Amino acid sequence: MGDFWNDGDPIVDTAAPEGPIETRWERRKFNAKLVNPANRRKLTVIVVGTGLAGGSAAATLAEAGYHVKSYCYQDSPRRAHSIAAQGGINAAKNYRNDGDSIYRLFYDTVKGGDFRARESNVYRLATVSVNIIDQCVAQGVPFAREYGGLLDNRSFGGTQVSRTFYARGQTGQQLLLGAYQAMERQIGLGNIEMNARHEMLELIIVEGKARGIVVRDMVTGEITTEMADAVVLASGGYGNVFFLSTNAKGCNVTASWRAHRKGALFANPCYTQIHPTCIPESGTHQSKLTLMSESLRNDGRVWVPKRAEDCQKPAAEIAEEDRDYYLERIYPSFGNLVPRDIASRAAKNVCDEGRGVGPGGLGVYLDFADAIKRLGQKAVEAKYGNLFEMYQRITGEDPYQVPMRIYPAVHYTMGGLWVDYDLQSTVPGLFVVGEANFSDHGANRLGASALMQGLGDGYFVLPTTLGNYLANGPFEKISEDHASVKEAREQVEGRIKRLLEIDGDRTVDSFHRELGHIMWEYCGMERTEEGLTKAIGLIRSLHEEFWQRVKVPGTGEQLNQNLEKAGRVADFFELAELMCIDALHRRESCGGHFRGESQTPDGEALRHDDEFSYVAAWEYATGESAKPTLHKEQLEFEYVHPSTRSYK
Amino acid sequence: MDIKVRVWRQTDPDTAGKMVTYGVKDISPDASFLEMLDVLNESLILDGDDPIAFDHDCREGICGACSMVIDGVAHGPEKATTTCQLHMRHFKDGDVIDVEPWRAAAFPVIKDLVVDRSAFDDIIAAGGYITAPTGAAPEAHATPVPKVDADLAFEAATCIGCGACVAACPNGSAMLFTAAKVAHLGLMPQGQPERDTRVIDMLQAQDDAGFGGCTNMGECTQVCPKGIPLTLIGRLNADYRQAVRKKF
Repeated sequence: MGDFWNDGDPIVDTAAPEGPIETRWERRKFNAKLVNPANRRKLTVIVVGTGLAGGSAAATLAEAGYHVKSYCYQDSPRRAHSIAAQGGINAAKNYRNDGDSIYRLFYDTVKGGDFRARESNVYRLATVSVNIIDQCVAQGVPFAREYGGLLDNRSFGGTQVSRTFYARGQTGQQLLLGAYQAMERQIGLGNIEMNARHEMLELIIVEGKARGIVVRDMVTGEITTEMADAVVLASGGYGNVFFLSTNAKGCNVTASWRAHRKGALFANPCYTQIHPTCIPESGTHQSKLTLMSESLRNDGRVWVPKRAEDCQKPAAEIAEEDRDYYLERIYPSFGNLVPRDIASRAAKNVCDEGRGVGPGGLGVYLDFADAIKRLGQKAVEAKYGNLFEMYQRITGEDPYQVPMRIYPAVHYTMGGLWVDYDLQSTVPGLFVVGEANFSDHGANRLGASALMQGLGDGYFVLPTTLGNYLANGPFEKISEDHASVKEAREQVEGRIKRLLEIDGDRTVDSFHRELGHIMWEYCGMERTEEGLTKAIGLIRSLHEEFWQRVKVPGTGEQLNQNLEKAGRVADFFELAELMCIDALHRRESCGGHFRGESQTPDGEALRHDDEFSYVAAWEYATGESAKPTLHKEQLEFEYVHPSTRSYK
Repeated sequence: MDIKVRVWRQTDPDTAGKMVTYGVKDISPDASFLEMLDVLNESLILDGDDPIAFDHDCREGICGACSMVIDGVAHGPEKATTTCQLHMRHFKDGDVIDVEPWRAAAFPVIKDLVVDRSAFDDIIAAGGYITAPTGAAPEAHATPVPKVDADLAFEAATCIGCGACVAACPNGSAMLFTAAKVAHLGLMPQGQPERDTRVIDMLQAQDDAGFGGCTNMGECTQVCPKGIPLTLIGRLNADYRQAVRKKF
């Protein structure tokens, strides 16, 4: 379409088996080629990232006998941002006998994703969910238990069953430590070569196959080329393009973006999840936003004053009849547990009406008074104690006494590198797992599904599908003098040199913050053609300014945190533009993508299945003035028929 | 509020460091301690100075990256709080705040406030796990775990591996860290088969990494952001005695 992109060929092969959905994964596993155990140790696999997906993949591949080289930018693999996931992990165990099943988890996830996910992948995810819980329990993950010693469950948004397993408000931490410990065991055994404080800065492709990466040792600044038979990216999501998000400060898109620039398609970049329950901003110093787990919506009631003039009063002085429990009012059957996209937009709407609370009117109440009355403070403390403490520490307010104030914040990105059913990108030998791929959540991810997908990919899916690829090997050894290897290395060195030489008058953070403002304003909770077009112009001129005015102190041969940031922000600029183009081209509302022009008379999202029931996979725009090329993967819904997603 | 910080500056592991004083003006009491350092760094960069290097990532108290000794106390004055969760409202206008890296033989300084804590990973690699290769797990409900054990194991497992315990210990001992992992896994039925070898191997790795011995000073638990109790060290010692008795 004219100004911003070119239309390319559709994607026709996703490598998914045909036939009944219940047996597709079984058949894929059976048909996958195997690698003889004796040959596995001759094969090297690079895994970038050590979160739930990367950690579980590295451990499992090493257990299987492959030689694994693992990289993370943190000082220890245990610190990957999966550690911060609070609420829980879904699994179709049906321990509650409440009618749950693999099929229901599959159904809920496809529906929750607003019919923009691939059915085959989602069904597989639901299938392996039960194995994940078994695996984690065997590793000693201390899930919450009932007095009889069996596992406890709670419910999460977008579902009417209790299928979420949890470890107080620290489920991600406990699951990640499980994967980390399995990894450390393999490190101790010499099967994983661990490289902490190393950042991937380029992908190496030789004769069309992913064969290695260029990394920078973040302590010494040394640039090295690392070769392998296959490369796995588990480098997480790109929410930090907004500057303020619930992501860790170091989370970045660089590994994915470098792969994208080298030919891997990037799918659905505009699908971002804005989480409804985060602590509101407190001032211009704000460096990140903190999530309050969605599980709080099990017992907390969301409200704002009915009248704008009450918003300045303390909550306790607003009478019951003057409160608007708007989620319970608008969505009586799901109430406070509507999916995240719906809860976020509803919060934005009441704040836009001038009924928001707290500084700047950008907040709504999440009130536990009823729960404390019903269950007692002790029971509430047992369930959410650490979250309440965290809230108090940050805001200085006691949520046992006054309601929490919450506001939506960027939390997760459903988009990512395009992968087929085998989790292989469009670059042979480059596999992508966890949040870094686009595959399972469609346009909106349900709560407690990210942990499930990360571990599902890493423990169960990738080790099978990667084996099928590696069975074609071992591939020819590549020398570090190979032209493609040298070229990749020179690209990295050249970019670092360029960043250091600008020596301008603006800091990296000042650019990042400004980029984030543009994205939040025009590519956040509501997007319009006019706003997105404007945003693309703003991003382009700021991007240009970045390469003229950024100031990166220090040298490349030392620990240089600003150099690291500068490289990441440079990639965020390119991604931001693609996100806006993707959002502009999708003239419908679906899941986390709400287009102002496409809504029902009562303000609900309006999908256009006839036109947009596809995955938008983008090919990198080569050359200065070139445009990205759109490849469509048509989505087929054989089992869950698209309907208007209603939680009323 | 206006404050001053005296910060440990050290360009690399081999160069001697020193404390340097900087003024920071107009800081909001709602800013976090790290956000205050962000503001300071922005001005250092624009003035052509080298910004202060420090480890941080999640900024919500769970990743364990942030690691500063503030006014002589690991993670600063608030109980059970990581540096990133410490807010400026706990300081007064005009305060002069000392900021130093973790100091311990096993945690060498890399630059400024950044130290090398990889010795913790080595302790885990020596035995801080349950051997359960992927795919080999029995059904999750096959072994019920009494709630009280599961809850205690969870409390021990909340350790974030930040290293404050080591920084606070006059001996530079990692005993609380090791004890937390030994307790977490040893309290679960799944952890029993490796219980004896685990405690012996982890303690050996701890000694090999250059951590000091434990003399029950209790400083570690005072600064632990997750409140890991000192009693777990007693538990570790009991496990160790039993394991050694069985071995010989």
